[in-house]
Amino acid sequence: MAYSEKVLDHYENPRNVGVLEDDLSVGTGMVGAPACGDVMKLQIKVNGDGIIEDAKFKTYGCGSAIASSSLVTEWVKGKSLDEAAEIKNTHIAEELALPPVKIHCSVLAEDAIAAAIDNYRSKNQ
Amino acid sequence: MSDIKLPIYLDYSATTPIDPRVAAKMAECLTIDGNFGNPASRSHSFGWTAEAAVDLARQQVADLINADPREIVWTSGATESDNLAIKGAAHFYRKKGNHIITMKTEHKAVLDTCRQLEREGFEVTYLDPRENGLLDLEVLKAAITDQTIVISVMHVNNEIGVIQDIEAIGEIAREKRIIFHVDAAQSTGKVDIDLAKLKVDLMSFCAHKTYGPKGVGALYVRRKPRVRLEAQMHGGGHERGMRSGTLATHQIVGMGEAFRIAGEEMATENERVRMLRDRLYNGLNDMEEVYVNGDLDHRIAGNLNISFNFVEGESLIMALRDLAVSSGSACTSASLEPSYVLRALGRNDELAHSSIRFTIGRFTSAEEIDYTVDLVRAAVGKLRDLSPLWDMYKDGIDLNSVEWVAH
Repeated sequence: MAYSEKVLDHYENPRNVGVLEDDLSVGTGMVGAPACGDVMKLQIKVNGDGIIEDAKFKTYGCGSAIASSSLVTEWVKGKSLDEAAEIKNTHIAEELALPPVKIHCSVLAEDAIAAAIDNYRSKNQ
Repeated sequence: MSDIKLPIYLDYSATTPIDPRVAAKMAECLTIDGNFGNPASRSHSFGWTAEAAVDLARQQVADLINADPREIVWTSGATESDNLAIKGAAHFYRKKGNHIITMKTEHKAVLDTCRQLEREGFEVTYLDPRENGLLDLEVLKAAITDQTIVISVMHVNNEIGVIQDIEAIGEIAREKRIIFHVDAAQSTGKVDIDLAKLKVDLMSFCAHKTYGPKGVGALYVRRKPRVRLEAQMHGGGHERGMRSGTLATHQIVGMGEAFRIAGEEMATENERVRMLRDRLYNGLNDMEEVYVNGDLDHRIAGNLNISFNFVEGESLIMALRDLAVSSGSACTSASLEPSYVLRALGRNDELAHSSIRFTIGRFTSAEEIDYTVDLVRAAVGKLRDLSPLWDMYKDGIDLNSVEWVAH
């Protein structure tokens, strides 16, 4: 399978790999299943103004899944939760030039953002 | 290490390069200066010379498997041989019964042929292997009914390289007077085949896994006791009516020469290849959470199929771009399903997704293996650092206890 330059770049040099220390300011989303071949864990750290000031990921999955999650950690930083929730899989797929069989990777990345936001909000009700 | 040519070819079970000695023989059968005639031409020397070359190749193929050259039918490859054997026997013997037995780990050429026969009204039993990939003979015996007319079990599995006990299976089949077909595409030049001793009735071969050309194969059809087939390809009545079509002299000559070399060099080649395979295995085996798929002892020398737990196969293949290997991961196949062979062994999806098949052959060097070991260790380490599953494993979390959201 031929990968786009951007997928290769994120795969070779993934951004924001790691784990955030869990506290009330951190929301964690984990989506996917090992049986399906991909699991994404996305964490966001939200500051007092409601802005995502840091994001980290870990992903088990194909190159496109790794690239999709790496990309969204870059995109969510500096955004409010509502703005981050606006990121759609189509934006991710377009940015990374994902082929049709890899669209599910971008869907998973969108789900990961939503799950991380949900987790943060449920902890800070 | 600097003089290694990249990428390194470690996919000898997919296909092999043609041995230069084989290519030289093939080249003699193409042009006006060469042996280009139609082997079926009876009225001039061009035909006779081509026929002589085909006869020699037939003898060379028969010699490797200790058969009579009259038992060799040329085909376009192992897929056609499997089709001709299974459909041909099922159609010919359908008055005797309608039941066929095979295994879930067979090549698609056998499985899909059986599916077609099911659509035609035959009953097919697909046996599970044991966890090591080998067939349990008691399971086979229990599956046989008075309607069983064909048993088809491969000799060497293409993914995991395990060698089935076709001698024992043959005894069972012969005792019950059931036709026994063996797909031996992966075994020539790797495992001794003695058809004077084995109770195999039909055996499929191809040239391109044994340093011969693609596009040519053969089907062994036993004469004593005689096995009958219904032809699947009709036409000029070539190959005693079992497979019509002008014989491709250059391809057939290439297969003959490739099998001659295999017979002469098999013993020394297997020893060298096994040494390289063990070097690869020993280089990877001390890593955490690696699992060899399939039995290590009943296995051809050149195969290592190994799963790196918590690493997804396609991303690993991507990290191993300097290696030509294959993966059981869903993402590398068109079907998006993980390897059905590994699933049949009872491997869970994660391990099936994490598998890499290395197959070593005639032109693999020790330097290439050492380079491969370093590359794989680095890639697995990098991807595990990225893997949330690896973190969970390290934290002692049982992944089976997690409620995953499947998608």
